[in-house]
Amino acid sequence: MMPEELTELAHKEQTDAQQWQHQIHVCTATGCLSAQSDQVYTALTREVRDRGMDKTCRVKGVGCLGLCSAGPLVQVNPAGTLYQHVQVDDVPELVQSLKHSPVERLVCSTDIPFFQQQVKIVLANAGNIDPERIEEYLAVDGYQGLLQAVTEMTPSEVISEVIHSGLRGRGGAGYPTGLKWTTVAKADSHQKYVICNADEGDPGAFMDRNILESDPHCIIEGMAIAGYAVGATQGYIYVRSEYPLAIKRLRNALRRAERLGVIGNNIFESAFRFQIDVRLGAGAFVCGEETALIASIEGRRGNPRPRPPYPAEAGLWGQPTLINNVETLANIPAILRNGGGWFATIGSSQSTGTKVFALTGKVNHGGLIEVPMGMSLRSIVFDIGGGIPNELAFKAMQTGGPSGGCIPETHLDMPTEYETLNQIGSIMGSGGIIIMDETSSMVDVARFYMEFCQDESCGKCVPCRVGTAQLATLLTKIAEGMATPEDLILLEELCDVVKHTSLCGLGQSAPNPVLSTLRFFRHEYLAHIRQ
Amino acid sequence: MSRLSQQVVTLKIDGRDVGARSNETILEVAHENDINIPSLCSVEGLSVVGSCRLCLVEVRGTSELVSACSTYVREGMDIVTHSERLSHYRQTILSLFFSERNHLCAVCVSNNHCELQGQAQALGLSHVEVAYRYPQLPVDASHERFVIDHNRCILCTRCVRVCDEIERAHTWDVAGRGVQALVITDLNEPWGSSETCTSCGKCVQVCPTGALFEKGKAVAEMSRRRRFLPYLAKTKEKSS
Amino acid sequence: MKTDIARIPPPSDDKRWRIIDTTMRRYGYDSHCLIETLHSVQEAFGSLDDQAMHYISATLGVPLSQIYGVATFYHLFTLKPREAHHTCVICVGTSCHIKGGATILSAIEKTFRVKAGQTTADGTLYLQTARCLGSCGLAPVVVLNEETLSKANQNNVIQRIQEIIRHDA
Ligand SMILES: Cc1cc2nc3c(=O)[nH]c(=O)nc-3n(C[C@H](O)[C@H](O)[C@H](O)COP(=O)(O)O)c2cc1C
Ligand code: SF4
Repeated sequence: MMPEELTELAHKEQTDAQQWQHQIHVCTATGCLSAQSDQVYTALTREVRDRGMDKTCRVKGVGCLGLCSAGPLVQVNPAGTLYQHVQVDDVPELVQSLKHSPVERLVCSTDIPFFQQQVKIVLANAGNIDPERIEEYLAVDGYQGLLQAVTEMTPSEVISEVIHSGLRGRGGAGYPTGLKWTTVAKADSHQKYVICNADEGDPGAFMDRNILESDPHCIIEGMAIAGYAVGATQGYIYVRSEYPLAIKRLRNALRRAERLGVIGNNIFESAFRFQIDVRLGAGAFVCGEETALIASIEGRRGNPRPRPPYPAEAGLWGQPTLINNVETLANIPAILRNGGGWFATIGSSQSTGTKVFALTGKVNHGGLIEVPMGMSLRSIVFDIGGGIPNELAFKAMQTGGPSGGCIPETHLDMPTEYETLNQIGSIMGSGGIIIMDETSSMVDVARFYMEFCQDESCGKCVPCRVGTAQLATLLTKIAEGMATPEDLILLEELCDVVKHTSLCGLGQSAPNPVLSTLRFFRHEYLAHIRQ
Repeated sequence: MSRLSQQVVTLKIDGRDVGARSNETILEVAHENDINIPSLCSVEGLSVVGSCRLCLVEVRGTSELVSACSTYVREGMDIVTHSERLSHYRQTILSLFFSERNHLCAVCVSNNHCELQGQAQALGLSHVEVAYRYPQLPVDASHERFVIDHNRCILCTRCVRVCDEIERAHTWDVAGRGVQALVITDLNEPWGSSETCTSCGKCVQVCPTGALFEKGKAVAEMSRRRRFLPYLAKTKEKSS
Repeated sequence: MKTDIARIPPPSDDKRWRIIDTTMRRYGYDSHCLIETLHSVQEAFGSLDDQAMHYISATLGVPLSQIYGVATFYHLFTLKPREAHHTCVICVGTSCHIKGGATILSAIEKTFRVKAGQTTADGTLYLQTARCLGSCGLAPVVVLNEETLSKANQNNVIQRIQEIIRHDA
């Protein structure tokens, strides 16, 4: 494809979009779909047609509108009116109202902090474009970042831009992305790979799924840019098989991108070629760990192996491999379009940019949010989340899923940054945040995560295989009021051993939920102990 | 890569200066210098898995422990193989091994020839603090010459590796995961009816415990021959 | 593409084997497509039986025990076909757990005398748990056959199951 064609297509789509008087956006991401938003979509389409309004009003399925707890969500543009809990029965009234004022009883105010305090880079297109049409992605400057990289920049200039942005891995550990790219770029090999880690397995996390469902092309573009920068020609997206819609949209997007020639051979008339294949997981949390993920793509059991060598040196089929998380890659097109310097001005100095969180649990406004790094945890819970329902008191905020910890009220004024969260015994993690109120038992939460880790342990190394099982047994004993003070000592000792001797990140972080609840809610454990 | 170019490096192990090639692991260099690092999963001549975690050592200047079997030596490394912390960790890991299944040494064919038992003695493990899990696992005696008793298996995967890497039969593999994992033959069929097993007995020879043994052995009679391994591994390297 | 393996015929003339063949061909009969192949068997036949695993082993040149190892490592694959009329999946992900998923689970277990991962004695209901269905905003979530019940509670789930079962009778 020629660079001019890209601009032309984008322009045409922008002009076409202006002809509509009204555009009704219906959220068709998994959250709203499980509240039957597909039926609302069909009913709206029919209603608009039956009223003969289909020349001026377009109904379109879009990605996540954010406030999942109020689904199904519908937004009427250009007015921007957001409707919540829309049912099929509401449809006639809704379409009727296009001619005059909005249906008050369904309106969801967008004047609340949930919407006002978010900053959208990764989710900029979510809820605005139809993820199934590549033209709409082009109309919002899609593939311009890739165009710029391939036609105007050298690979090392692309990497400098990423280094300059300060972007860090959003998969959990926060490793500097530019540094990882440099390592892979420097590795000496004819064949290199780029892998997008979309195995999102933390219970309570659905950021990556929504990005894939809402804006699949930005991942494809991000991967292609990464491929150009590190010298790879083949990419793989490893997606959880539990995400059928994300897989469908991704495959569809890949076909469109191939047909248009933004991936494939001679991209933008250059010598650069890049191919992407989708690989499915099959229900194993540990496959999010990079060496296990590689084993799984190679068709084997998802057992991690000791590192070094790191995948950047010897990864897929022994070749240098770049592995990045979905959200990490989703930031790349914007960084290329606007420059690393622009990105670095958002967020805080050590943690730049934004972070997408899946905010759930006992909070008034749950859903998918994107906030600038550095925002205080309190703002996330009380401003964006709108506080705790039923006038109950806040107790803890869980971040990082089974590898993270529980943060009590006293630490809520901390900024959301990789380092500060580590200091208080939790981690940024991939972005699941679960809010707990005073009725939640912290021992129960710790046990829940330990049982998860026990179930998900690959079984390769003994501290994790047997250690998590022993810890789960101890926690059950405590929860059931059968434990002695010695059991509590044993619990702490075992946590220390499992954390420091396990082979991979799963085992090494499995004790975190226990350690952090012990640190901040020890009294709850003691209350359960038989004296 | 540097690993292939085999530079000579010097490093310290337990305060001693030693010389090594850069393509050697910490475990190999330690053994060459008669420094004992405990380990259960590694066997000379087979691929490295790093799963028993007993060979973890400290590297001065870093906070993380590394497994000696899978870490290559580097110039200037300063390694500590024995410390109070390491010995506490190793003892607990052994306790976890013992608690996982049923290791009743007194009635085991491998009593006094068992590597797990040997490590426990060497590391001074006096009692197991964690609760025994005592799963009821099957014993498969369908093979005409050998028996597998899952109750004694520590999932070191030596049998899986020797069968695949040396005998090239790949009769064994691991099924399931986590604490549910078991070594199996073919499609989890009785060993005796395996279509792929050549009855070479290598798996039995490498087994560190009393999980795999020859029929007809009584308590404490099962000793192992495994000097053949490095030799076979070399011939395999040459032929491929 | 591997040429050294003589192609063996499928185990039966069931048309579904063509889907499996297509998958393996798409990846050039390379052993690394084992998981993709197992996916396609699971989708076409509902489970992975010995016959299928023998066929894949012979076609891809992957040892039997390795296939069994992979098939039992990943939770999505099942070796035994499930024979229940209705499936009830209860999300026990964190959000659902916090909001009462576990209570619903134990209530169903008690009412229908079945444990998670099992089918009732009369074969009407298969009860399953899931580690997060990704609908946390609507927690707790229960999926009954194809129907999603969001913000569920034990009473309405049990009632709905009873309705469905009664409908059969
Ligand atoms: C047990 C375990 C599970 C993980 N799961 C995921 C996951 O679901 N998604 C992800 O992107 N990273 C996951 N990671 C982190 C990855 O191993 C890896 O660090 C990450 O994909 C690197 O990408 P990034 O640098 O862009 O963050 C997991 C790590 C461990 C140890
Ligand atoms: S820590 Fe757990 S998941 Fe990781 S290798 Fe060990 S057993 Fe497997």
